[in-house]
Amino acid sequence: MSDLLDLTVADALERMRSGELSADEYFASWAEAAAGDELNAYLWRADPGATGDASNGGGELGGVPIAVKDIFCTADIPTTAGSRILEGYRPPYTSTAVRRLSESGARLLGKTNMDEFAMGSSNENSGYGPVLNPWDRERVPGGSSGGSAAAVAGGLAPWAIGTDTGGSIRQPASLCGIVGMKPTYGAVSRYGMIAFASSLDQCGPLTRDVTDAALLLRALEGRDPCDSTSVGIEGGVELPSREDLRGLRFGVPRELSSDAEGVEPGVSDVFTRTVALIEQLGGEVEETELPHAAHGISAYYVIAPAEASANLARFDGVRFGLREAADNLTSMYESTRSAGFGAEVKRRIMLGTYALSAGYYDAYYGQAQRVRTKIAEDFARAFTRYDFVVTPTSPTVAFEIGERTQDPLAMYMSDYCTVPMPLAGIPAISIPAGLAQPPGGGVELPVGFQIAGPAFSESAMLDAAHALEGAIGFDARPAEAFA
Amino acid sequence: MLHVARLARLELDDSDVERMASELSTILEHVERISQLALEGTDPTSHVVELDNVLRPDEPRPSWPRERMLDEAPEASEGAFLVPSPQA
Repeated sequence: MSDLLDLTVADALERMRSGELSADEYFASWAEAAAGDELNAYLWRADPGATGDASNGGGELGGVPIAVKDIFCTADIPTTAGSRILEGYRPPYTSTAVRRLSESGARLLGKTNMDEFAMGSSNENSGYGPVLNPWDRERVPGGSSGGSAAAVAGGLAPWAIGTDTGGSIRQPASLCGIVGMKPTYGAVSRYGMIAFASSLDQCGPLTRDVTDAALLLRALEGRDPCDSTSVGIEGGVELPSREDLRGLRFGVPRELSSDAEGVEPGVSDVFTRTVALIEQLGGEVEETELPHAAHGISAYYVIAPAEASANLARFDGVRFGLREAADNLTSMYESTRSAGFGAEVKRRIMLGTYALSAGYYDAYYGQAQRVRTKIAEDFARAFTRYDFVVTPTSPTVAFEIGERTQDPLAMYMSDYCTVPMPLAGIPAISIPAGLAQPPGGGVELPVGFQIAGPAFSESAMLDAAHALEGAIGFDARPAEAFA
Repeated sequence: MLHVARLARLELDDSDVERMASELSTILEHVERISQLALEGTDPTSHVVELDNVLRPDEPRPSWPRERMLDEAPEASEGAFLVPSPQA
């Protein structure tokens, strides 16, 4: 194993600064690792021989390679959002998130596979084939940022960015044993990030450890005139340093832990052990409630498809991507969209169109938006008593490929514990907390622990996560990765 | 189903319709649990960040080059996107 690949990005940067490591050598090592992708994690990879220009040497992230979910537009580099309808599309411009990273000195290593238009929890909805979980290649890596998570966990990228709408960063991070963070809505610009559900979508880091997540978020966040909903994080992001949790209060909402449906015993054990560690580190822990959190999935599966049905209207065969030949305009729209979209995307467009249609609008969309208010109020009330609330990230460890594809609702339940936070717009991080056997037996798989905090509490949250990460000491690696 | 598909500009064949109808019913059954909540006095949330109008200075700047935009189009002609006739 190359010990270069074993370094966190923060450590690699330290070596580059001291002159022990050259940016080109570091990039070449990762490009070579990415070239050996057996997980279908990448849809496009940079040439291993590519060397940086002078401008890439400097900046806070001087020369560090990064894997980018294929939902971010990159000028003249293929961008598909995991959909066949965008096969061959080369955007004329670069998303703000990627532009900010390259201005910080980061270099694009590759574009990662994902569920089509970020709709999915297993990466099986990609138009370009499923991604394999590096811990067990018969299992899913989670989704929708499954390629980014598998690349980082599988030793194919030092770190990555993804997007989270209902759990699409945190759930795959949990299933792959890495750190994943969804920032506060508005922290990072959405410009050039292909839209799924615009009131929920947010870009965030997938990394080896909490310090790298802070380093990456620091480069990503900021107000952007091209996205009028972006506000940045006031005061920026501080690198974490906490070693204990003294003086911090943690609420454990029973709706998303002991009372949650479908939490596997192994996940529950790791969660209980991690909560005990919080107390050992001096944190106060209390059971609490978020009475409307259990309705998160229902509200989410109205709001997100409704927004998606409008956002995906732009894929019509006129300006970019696929076109199916037809003899009139309406038939061209219909045959192009039917040929280009996969089953889950069609399902969500149908669901959203129905929820927004005349006669049903208030019963579905209006009611879901009122539930959204209630969920946000529940969190606001909890945060008057607690600094953070903690839950398991995913009710289960990674499940087998094909296990849930015939049952969309079972797939949606993967996001049970992660959906309430984006509905409330608040930030949350998942850190690897241990390993557990899947219910049917087999190799032990990672279990994530989720910490959620008030809007714009990123620095404090990363600090708390850093202390907990140190106490957990998770250092397991997939057997076949980093070989 | 076919009405909604038409609104969404999707073409579904008979087997799609059958499968999707049953899947959507299961999902809607779950989603409809929220209809039992009494939320009459609750304001709907469409957006989580409180923002007033965000304005920028009204300064002219170049737009994207037309040719580069048309490069991505499946068909273009005389500086414009080309589509089949709506009437045909």
